[in-house]
Amino acid sequence: MLSPFGGGESEPASAVRTRHPRGKGIGSADGQRSCRSGDHTSTTGGPTVMAHKILGPLLVVVIAACGGAEASSAMSGVPAAAEPAGHERIVSISTVATEMLFAIDAGDRVVAVDSMSNYPAEAPTTDLSGYQPNVEAILGFAPDLVVLSYDPGDVVAGLEAAGVATLLQGAAYTLADTYDQITALGAITGNVDEAAALVAGMQSEMAELAASVQERDEPLSYYHELDDTLYTVTSSTFIGEVYALAGLVNAADAADPDGASWGYPQLSAEYLLDADPDLIFLADTRCCSQTAVTVAERPGWETLTAVTNGTVVELDDDVASRWGPRIVDLLRVIVDSVNAIS
Amino acid sequence: MTSEAGRLNPDGGGRSLLGIRWLLAGVGAVLVSAVIGVATGPVAIPLGQVIRELLDRLPLLEVDSSLSAADRAIVWDLRAPRVVLGLLVGALLAGSGAAYQGVFRNPLADPYLLGIAAGAGLGATIAIVAELRDVLGVDPVPLVAFAGALMAVTAAGTLSVRRGRVGSPTTLILAGVAVANFFTAIQTFVQQQNSETLQQVFAWILGRLSTAGWAEVRLLLPYAAVCVVGLVLAVGPLDVLAVGDEEASTLGLRPRAARRAILAVASLGAAAAVAVSGLIGFVGLVVPHAVRLVAGASHRRVIPLSLLFGGAFLALADVVARTVQAPAELPIGVITAFVGAPFFLVILRRQMAS
Repeated sequence: MLSPFGGGESEPASAVRTRHPRGKGIGSADGQRSCRSGDHTSTTGGPTVMAHKILGPLLVVVIAACGGAEASSAMSGVPAAAEPAGHERIVSISTVATEMLFAIDAGDRVVAVDSMSNYPAEAPTTDLSGYQPNVEAILGFAPDLVVLSYDPGDVVAGLEAAGVATLLQGAAYTLADTYDQITALGAITGNVDEAAALVAGMQSEMAELAASVQERDEPLSYYHELDDTLYTVTSSTFIGEVYALAGLVNAADAADPDGASWGYPQLSAEYLLDADPDLIFLADTRCCSQTAVTVAERPGWETLTAVTNGTVVELDDDVASRWGPRIVDLLRVIVDSVNAIS
Repeated sequence: MTSEAGRLNPDGGGRSLLGIRWLLAGVGAVLVSAVIGVATGPVAIPLGQVIRELLDRLPLLEVDSSLSAADRAIVWDLRAPRVVLGLLVGALLAGSGAAYQGVFRNPLADPYLLGIAAGAGLGATIAIVAELRDVLGVDPVPLVAFAGALMAVTAAGTLSVRRGRVGSPTTLILAGVAVANFFTAIQTFVQQQNSETLQQVFAWILGRLSTAGWAEVRLLLPYAAVCVVGLVLAVGPLDVLAVGDEEASTLGLRPRAARRAILAVASLGAAAAVAVSGLIGFVGLVVPHAVRLVAGASHRRVIPLSLLFGGAFLALADVVARTVQAPAELPIGVITAFVGAPFFLVILRRQMAS
């Protein structure tokens, strides 16, 4: 029997917490570091760096992920009277935070979200940019709390100078980061119970799904595609952790053994043909219009087991790249695909 | 300076023994790089079997390579087209670079000088952002990139002509710089408006040789043929142009018309190369200089040798790109610049010394 969270008899959440991606998770793994604007590491531009930075869920690799209740200490400039639930006008320029805010019933206080925040449907999408956040544009919505996943310039400093509370929650490196971020959003919005319920619900659903994975002698292998030039993830990433719950082995781990590519290498096509993974998951169905059909048409790919057996799985790019509440849906698709293989 | 020698003796012994020796060396380099290219990769396949597999692909020849279906696909569907594409793209970039340097009599000229890179970048970005679907089974991105590259070069060429008066080479270069910046501005704007496609745009810019197949080869081949034939035919006029416009006129050449025709051919090849491979730097700059340094400045040698050694260089650079971090890929532009930049500096310092 495959134990939930791969942690044997131990308590699930703490078992997950121990999975650090080779020290790449800046300040996120412990989840309790505060998130003042000065804390984040920044990076230089350049196409190569950008190309890596924008890959899939690693949108903001260099920004420290913030989690834990202490994150609310970033509410500088908020009158003490506002505690514990003072925020009535929340702006989210993080797709993940948007999903989390609505999932903890704080959605009615969200007045604006960025242009990429397309879920849930009732989220008040605006043309605010999450890639190049503009302080003035954000202030135009008169927020008292701004949630970001990424601070490329001095957006956080600018907002705080204007007396607006900010919460910077970068990319999650582990499932524990996701739960910590939800908890932090619960604390800062005052919806503590809703956040706790969401986390508990997600954890039990994830555990149930993991427990439902059929036993097999040889673990199945998978390849998770981020774009049609074969950028992929290794098992040291957040996404890799989700696949591990379904008992899958990553076929691309050799492409980034030391984490030099942050777990997001560009895989050699011939290596993939040789590795011949049992399952291919496409997280580039929207960005790059890839389907099981286009994959089968690629040169040489007709020899792949996953292509001949029809185990090329088309994922929703968004669900497969956001570390929010819908990771449960992602794991469900993965587990269903795994269990469909006899 | 080597180019002086070329000017004094433009007919620098094209058919001499030395010239033929260099030509054979070039052909040898192409063959060696091709063999290394199909035999090397993250997956180990014995050379003997690779060669038997390739022989099996020849018409009327039946050879059992005893390779698995996946290995056969690796050799024939992945490595072989990559090698051919590397040879073609490298040849086109180096050949057109040599032609540009000859036409402008400027050692810093490269195939991207007149806005080809910016035009192709804009075209690719638009195709990606507009989510253009496959047209007749062909990926639309290289087609639109090709159109963008030609548009940029044509704009630069047209803008440097006024009331039928053709401007000087410097006018053309400046027009090219202006057009390139203009196209880059539009490209950046389109990209920022559609930030969700950033990843794809950068993947294109960093080069798509890693996922290229025979479809890209078929796309490039007709343009490569026109460009290679055109460049080889241009060696005479290029040598005459090297002497100077007045002398060229007395020799019966219309320098401005000749210059335009050569640039058109070179630009066509460079644009087609960029469209299928993305932006690969330094090949068009470094290879012709290296050739000039070792084999002399006559275009009778520089053009054919640039085509041959340029192809071999890029095919080998691609081998490095797919093996140095195997099984991860490294963008090929990183390799060409990493090797090309120091090499270029060495040449530069040698020229300063002499």
